[in-house]
Amino acid sequence: MNMIGCRKSFRRILCFAIFLIILTSAAAFSQGGGELRFCLRSEPKTFDPLLVDDDSSLSIRYLTGGVLLRVNRHTQALEAELAESWKLSKDGKQITFKLRRGVMFSDGSSFSPEDVAFTIQRLMDPALHSSTGDAFRSGNGAVTTKIVAPDQITVIFPAPIAGLDRLFDQVAIMSAHSPRKEAAVLGPFMVAEYKAGSSVLLRRNPNYWKKDLQGRRLPYLDSIRLDIQSNRDVEMLRFKRGELDLINVIDSDYFDRLAAGSPGLAHDAGASLDSDFMWFNQVASAPIPEYKRVWFRDPNFRRAISQAINRADLSRVVFNGHAQPAVGPVSPANKFWFDDKLKAEPYRPDQALERLQADGFRRQNGTLFDRAGNTVEFSIVTNAGSKPRERMAVMVQEDLGKLGIKVNVVTLDFPSLIERISQKFNYEAAMLGFRNVDLDPNGQMNIWLSSAENHAWNPQQKSPETAWEAEIDRLMRIQASAVDPKKRKESFDRVQEIVSEQTPMIYLVNQNALSAISSAVEGANPGILSPQTFWNAERLTLIPGTRASR
Amino acid sequence: MNAARKLSCIVVLAVCALSLAANWLSPAGYAKQFREAPNAPASRQHLLGTDDVGRDRFARVLYGTRISLLLAPAAALVSTGLAALVGGLAGYLGGIWLRMARAFTDLFLSLPWLFLLITVRALMPLNVSPLVSVLITFFILGLLGWAASARVLSTSADNLRNCDFVLQARASGLHGPRLFLIHVLPNLKPVLYAQFWISIPVFILAEANLGILGLGVAEPLPSWGSLLRELEGLISFREQPWRLAPLILLIVVMTSFQLLLSDEEVAA
Repeated sequence: MNMIGCRKSFRRILCFAIFLIILTSAAAFSQGGGELRFCLRSEPKTFDPLLVDDDSSLSIRYLTGGVLLRVNRHTQALEAELAESWKLSKDGKQITFKLRRGVMFSDGSSFSPEDVAFTIQRLMDPALHSSTGDAFRSGNGAVTTKIVAPDQITVIFPAPIAGLDRLFDQVAIMSAHSPRKEAAVLGPFMVAEYKAGSSVLLRRNPNYWKKDLQGRRLPYLDSIRLDIQSNRDVEMLRFKRGELDLINVIDSDYFDRLAAGSPGLAHDAGASLDSDFMWFNQVASAPIPEYKRVWFRDPNFRRAISQAINRADLSRVVFNGHAQPAVGPVSPANKFWFDDKLKAEPYRPDQALERLQADGFRRQNGTLFDRAGNTVEFSIVTNAGSKPRERMAVMVQEDLGKLGIKVNVVTLDFPSLIERISQKFNYEAAMLGFRNVDLDPNGQMNIWLSSAENHAWNPQQKSPETAWEAEIDRLMRIQASAVDPKKRKESFDRVQEIVSEQTPMIYLVNQNALSAISSAVEGANPGILSPQTFWNAERLTLIPGTRASR
Repeated sequence: MNAARKLSCIVVLAVCALSLAANWLSPAGYAKQFREAPNAPASRQHLLGTDDVGRDRFARVLYGTRISLLLAPAAALVSTGLAALVGGLAGYLGGIWLRMARAFTDLFLSLPWLFLLITVRALMPLNVSPLVSVLITFFILGLLGWAASARVLSTSADNLRNCDFVLQARASGLHGPRLFLIHVLPNLKPVLYAQFWISIPVFILAEANLGILGLGVAEPLPSWGSLLRELEGLISFREQPWRLAPLILLIVVMTSFQLLLSDEEVAA
């Protein structure tokens, strides 16, 4: 081999080495990428992060909006995001944020305390009618902001707000200076395209501030395509075909079908915050027979009904085991606020009958009669079209039938049902569910205060009609005004205990958080808090070539 | 009677006999929940498996057949009777009566029944037994289902009015209700039978749809309608073919009813 040949060989080897280096570097830098696809179940009503009120808009806000503080959907702990740190004043009226430096909006403009001040002022503007802003309204007077340093801002409220810091999880910061406010975002993705009735395309925010441990800028994904699809059968079919990468919430029937074929794709994160329950009408002016009102207002009667319902069977039969017998107003999944002294009411039909007999009820030829000889019969109304709830009502009907109680199950269309339970009060018992997205008990003020519209069993009382409701009112107000979390917890624990003793609401089950995630998605860690599957969307990656029919 | 009609007759009679023997064939009843075996496959204990809450599907099909076979024809009878009254009379009287009746049936057909039914349900008392609720449901269906049949009948009666035999009867001095009852109504019979048989499956399916609005048969009473609702969301028939039993039974019984019609009725 001569000198020229050697040089040529050397050049070739060098070129090949350079090519290999470029190839491997490109592979390293392009880790992740790709487009994640899943469905929104309805059209998003708004892209304005401060006006969000529906599930689809909430999902988009979560993926695009940058917040000062974020509740970790897995640990339920509050974590610093755009704020490096924060401090609450002792009186609970002020919160000071130290902001992260060097953060930029998706349009390239810098993030500053002025943006926080602008967002807060807009959020609290009464003309905006923001439901997110309502949570911050604590008393008469304006909410003010004060920029105390180039990277510090204090928000001052007219009255103390319990759990103030956690409320900032819902406030996506908007740009004070950008001409296209909704387009300038601080979250991992930004809205790139919206086809009404069809899809929303989110692209990665090139200026997103978070980096991974290796120093790579997040998010890993290039884009997220959100198809608008309300039909759950079609959604599941598309997931099975490999056209979708995840389903955020699925019901137990779909879950089991999926788990039977592809067990690795179905995820059960355990009991969620959602609960299903029933209650009796205790409204004094309700058009129901007086003797029935006497039963419904008797805590012994309510407790006996609660004891006669087999919650374990409801969980096992109706939800195929993907639900837990409910304990009370707070799901055990709510790690901080659940009162762990309480246990789910065990199934004790014998004790229930004894309790009723002590109240003068008697069973004769398989039928229960009250002290005055009236047959114990009542109707349970629930919403038509909800299969799990219809099944639960049928099972409660059989459970109570064993005590000699005749139950008529009536399914009504939703508007008629709401009219009966909230305006005409022309019903005897109702069965519904509560979709809880808020860990803090302040989110339940509109249920527990006797004057509240959603105080289901006897709403809008001018003054509490019973001593225990007056006590719940007092405790709820204490927890809402106290700043010390320990004191708040003590008050709300007592509320849970009173609810357990008086049983105004008979809690039945807490459904599990069920979801479906494709094997193509890496880094998913489904939790019980919304959004269950994509709460860490910036860290999700797609494994190339793994999308296939399942 | 040809072979097909004979076979249909046997099928209908057999289904009726089976439904009447439900108490003996399925002593556990339609409401008993075998909670340890929800959605169980077909077995010796449960010939058609169990439903979502563990109720024996075979028992529910038998009892549901009894209810649907009794009440859907009853509702069809009510609606056909009303149709005969309105359509038949209007067609027989002709002139302004016919025009008024047609306008009225057109108006009736154009009403948004879904919303009216929701209103009816909202006005109904809640504490009615399942049996009363099923009677109310089919009675309402019967009351509302006459308009389409009335249109067909009015046209047929209008044609009959000018037939030779009717003119001859008139010339012989027969008129009024006697003419209608002796000459017109018997000649409307094939159309009436056809409308009656057509209405039965329509009412069975309508009851199933009403269940979604909360107006159907109340739990735990079964009906073909409520049993057909079980098929909602069924993706694969191969996995649970026994769930198709109510649908197959409906098809078989309705086909048998159709085959029972005479050639004249089919032509009508």
